[in-house]
Amino acid sequence: MAESSTMTAHQTKPGQPKSSTPVAEPALGVKGMLRWAWRQATSMRTALFLLLLLAVAAVPGSLFPQRPVNAAAVTRYLKDNPDTGRFLDSLQLFDVYASAWFSAIYLLLFISLIGCVVPRARAHYKAMRSRPPRTPRRLSRLPEYETMVLPSAAGVSALQAVTDAAAVLKKRGYRVDVRDTDEAMPSVGAERGFLKEAGNLVFHVSLIGVLVCVGIGGLFGYRGQKILIEGETFVNTLVGYDAFTPGTNFDPATLDPFAVTLDQFDVRFDRESTRQFGQPIDFTAALTTKEEPGAAGRQQILKVNEPVYFGETGIFLVGNGYAPIVTVKDGNGQTAFSGPVVSVPSDGVFTSSMTIKVPDAGPDQLGFVGFFLPSAIKNDQGVSYSFDPDPLNPQLNLNSYYGDLGLDSGQPQNVYVLDVKNLTQLNGRDLPAGGITLGPGATYTLPEGKGSISFDGLKRYIGVDIRATPGQGGVLVFSLLAVAGLVASLYISRRRVWVRTGTHPDGRTMVEYGLLARGEDHRLAGETEALRELFTKQWQLPATAGAPNTAQPAKDR
Amino acid sequence: MPVINQTLGQYSELFMLLAAGTYTVAFIAFAWDLAKSSKTLQSVDRKAAETAAAKFPVAIGAAGMSPNPTAADDGRPADAAVRPSSSNVAVGGTADGDMRYAVNQRVPARVAVALTVLGAVIHGAGVITRAFGAGRVPWGNMYEFLTTGAFAVIAVFLLALLRRDLRFLGTFITGLVIIMLVAASVAYWTPVGHLVPALQSYWLIIHVSIAVLSSALFTLTFAMSALQLVQARREKALASGGPDKPAFMRLIPSALSLENLSYRFNAIGFLGWTFTLIFGAIWAEKAWGRFWGWDTKEVWTFVIWVVYAGYLHARATRGWTGTRAAWLSIVGYLCVVFNFTIVNQFFNGLHSYSGL
Repeated sequence: MAESSTMTAHQTKPGQPKSSTPVAEPALGVKGMLRWAWRQATSMRTALFLLLLLAVAAVPGSLFPQRPVNAAAVTRYLKDNPDTGRFLDSLQLFDVYASAWFSAIYLLLFISLIGCVVPRARAHYKAMRSRPPRTPRRLSRLPEYETMVLPSAAGVSALQAVTDAAAVLKKRGYRVDVRDTDEAMPSVGAERGFLKEAGNLVFHVSLIGVLVCVGIGGLFGYRGQKILIEGETFVNTLVGYDAFTPGTNFDPATLDPFAVTLDQFDVRFDRESTRQFGQPIDFTAALTTKEEPGAAGRQQILKVNEPVYFGETGIFLVGNGYAPIVTVKDGNGQTAFSGPVVSVPSDGVFTSSMTIKVPDAGPDQLGFVGFFLPSAIKNDQGVSYSFDPDPLNPQLNLNSYYGDLGLDSGQPQNVYVLDVKNLTQLNGRDLPAGGITLGPGATYTLPEGKGSISFDGLKRYIGVDIRATPGQGGVLVFSLLAVAGLVASLYISRRRVWVRTGTHPDGRTMVEYGLLARGEDHRLAGETEALRELFTKQWQLPATAGAPNTAQPAKDR
Repeated sequence: MPVINQTLGQYSELFMLLAAGTYTVAFIAFAWDLAKSSKTLQSVDRKAAETAAAKFPVAIGAAGMSPNPTAADDGRPADAAVRPSSSNVAVGGTADGDMRYAVNQRVPARVAVALTVLGAVIHGAGVITRAFGAGRVPWGNMYEFLTTGAFAVIAVFLLALLRRDLRFLGTFITGLVIIMLVAASVAYWTPVGHLVPALQSYWLIIHVSIAVLSSALFTLTFAMSALQLVQARREKALASGGPDKPAFMRLIPSALSLENLSYRFNAIGFLGWTFTLIFGAIWAEKAWGRFWGWDTKEVWTFVIWVVYAGYLHARATRGWTGTRAAWLSIVGYLCVVFNFTIVNQFFNGLHSYSGL
C-alpha cells in the first residue's frame, strides 16, 4: 500500500449517525463501539503492527524443530530437554505455522486487509467514474507550476488554448474535463494513472487468493513416501505407500492409478575435486511408468530437480541408498528370507545401518543388526569403516539374535529397529563367535545350528516423495497477479494536471498549468517538462517562450 | 557434467585478492574525501546559506497545499509538512537534495571512484574466471555467494553512481566489499568444484541472481537509512540551535532526500525479493515436491519480505515515516545479513549448501 489517503479519508469520513434522541444512546454506544473497533482493526497502523508481528512470530519456527518438517527432531528435542521441551510444546512452538497464535495473527491481518481493500475499492470505483477535481484557484501553489504566453499574433483564443491543451493531455493518456468555457478564464482538469490504485488493490486481493489456494492444497492434497528398490514396482494406492499424510478432506478415491517401476538407479560421485571428493554430483533413476494399469510402459528419467508428473501428482527423488541382497536359512535348513534389504545411510560415504528381521525362521525367529559398508577397510583398532561411497569393497558387518521378535503381538514396529529385549545374542564383537563379516557371495553359518546368512548381491534403492497439491497452480497465478499489481502500484504515477487560460488586455493569451502527484512520484518534474514541450509544439512557440517559471515552489523529491 | 579447470580457478582467486587490494586503496580515498578539505566545506556552507534562505520558507508553504479534498497524498510522506527537513535543502546541508552531481569537483572522490571501477573490473574478471573454471554460474557455495555478491554490491553502487552522486556511501560500500572478499578467502575458501545435484537447475541462475541483486540494493539502502538516522538527529539538533555535529554529515544530503531515494531503491529491492520468493517456491516445488515448507531459509526469506512490506506500508502511515521507516529498512537488512551468514551456516535445513 503506497498511500494512506483512502484509509485516512475513510477514518475521517463524516457519516456518523446524527441522532440526538437521548433514548437511543445506549444502543448507539454499542454500535459506536463496534464501529470504533472495526476502524481500529482496519486502520493502517494496525495493519502495519500486525505485519511486523507476523515477521516476529515467524522467527521461532526457524529456531525450534518443527513437527511437519522434521518430527524426529522434535521427539529428540523433547527427550533431551524434557522440561523446557514440554513448556515450549504447550506454547505450540514445535508447530509454529499451524499454531493458534500464528494463525490468529495472519487471520487478523487478512481481516484488516479486507477491511482496507473493500472501502478503497469502492472509493476507487467512484473516483474512476467521476470527473477530474475542480481547478484549484491558485495553480501556483501546486508542486509543479509553469506559465506560457501566446502572442496575440498567434491568434489562439483562451478557449481555443484550453481545448488544445485538453487534446494534448488526452493524447497523453489523461482523462480530461474542460470547464468554465463560458467564463473569462476557462480551464481543463486532467487526471491519469488510475491503474496505480487498481494495481494496489489487485496486489492485496491476490494475497487473499494465495492464502485461499494454499488452504485448498492443505485440504485436498496429500503426500506420501515410498522406498523403491531396483526392480520393484510402486502402484499408486494407499497400501502402496510406506508413509502417507492426507489433507483434511482428502478422498483416497482420487488417487491416480499410475504405476512406476525402478529399472536402474545410477549415482555419480565427484572424482576430480580434492575438497569435494566423493560428493555426489548426479543421481539418475530410470523408470518405467504406466499411466494406468493396462497402459503401455514408458521409459522416463527421474532426477533431483526433474520430477516425473502424472497429472497433478508428482514423484520427487529425495533419497537413496544401498539394498544388499541377503538370503537367510533357518535352523531347519529352510530358506526363511531372501531378497534385498534396505539399509539406511548415515553419512557421506554411505555407512549404512542394517536391520534384518526373519519372522519365518524356525524353530527360532532370527534377527540381525549391523552395518553395510560400501568400501570397507579396517582402521588401526581393527574396526571396519567405509572410505568411499561407491561399492568398491562392499561388506556386511552384523550381529545376530534369536528368539521371539515380538511381531506376532500385533504391536506396530519400526522396521529399521530391532528390539533385542526378548532375544538372545548369537554373534557380536564381544561374544566368542565374534561378529559376522560378509563379502559378496559369502555365506556365514550361525552358531548353535541356528541357520546361515549369505550376502548374494547389491542393489540400490531410491526414496521418493509422492505429492499432489491442488491449488498449487492457483498460488502461482495469484502470486504473479500480485507482482503485476505491485509493479503497477509502485511504478504507475497518479497525476493531476490543470491548465487555465485567460486573455490579457493587450491581446496575448496567458496559459498557466500546475501538476500534482498522488502518492510517491519522483518523475513529476519530468512530466512537467514533457507537457511544456508538447504545449510548445502545439502552439508553435519558440523553445524559449515557455521557459520554466523560476519562481515555482521548491520541488520535493 | 562440465570440466573443472583448476588453473582458471586459481587465477580467479588471484583476481579476488587484487580486487580487494584495489578496493582498500579506494576505501582510503573515500575516507580522505569524507575527512576532506575544509575548502569545499566552506563553499558548501556559503551555498547552503544562500539557498536555504531563498527556498526554505517556500517549501514549507508548498508541502501542505493541495486543491483536492484528500490533501494527505501529495507525493510526500504523510507527515512531510511538519518535519524539519521537508525542504530540498536542509539547514547546513549540501546543495543538492536530488543527489545530482555538483559543479564543484571533489578530487579525492573522483580518485576513489576511479579506483573502485578498476577494482570492479578486476573483481569482475575474478567472477568470470571462476564461472569458466567451474563451467557454471559462480554462485554454488558460500565462497561464491560472497565473492559474486560483493561484485553485485559494487556493480549496483557504480550503476547508481551513473545517475546520482552517492559517493558519500563509498567508504561503507568499499569497506563492506573488502570484508566480504576477505571473509570469502579466509573463512569460506572452497576450490572450484561441481554442484551437488540439488543445485543443478536453471532456477539456480534465476533465483539466486535475483536474490543477490536485491540484497545488493538493500545494502545501499541500509547505508542510506543509517545515515538518514544520523542526519535526522543532526537536523533536529541544528533546528533547536545545537552544535553541527558530526561535521562530515554536511557532505551528505538531507534526511528526507536520503529517505526518498532509499525508498525508491527499497521498492525495487522489494520487487526483486518478491521474485526471489516466487522463483524459490517454483524451484522448491521441482526439487522437493512442495512450493513452501517453512524450511529455515524459507522462513527467513519470508520474514525479510514481510519486514520490507512493513517498510513500504510505514512510508504511508502517519507517525511511521522518517526515522521509524529507516529503522525498518535497517532491521530488514540485518535480517538479510542474518539469513546469509547465520542461517546458511548454523541452521540445519534444505538450503545447507555452504560448501563447508
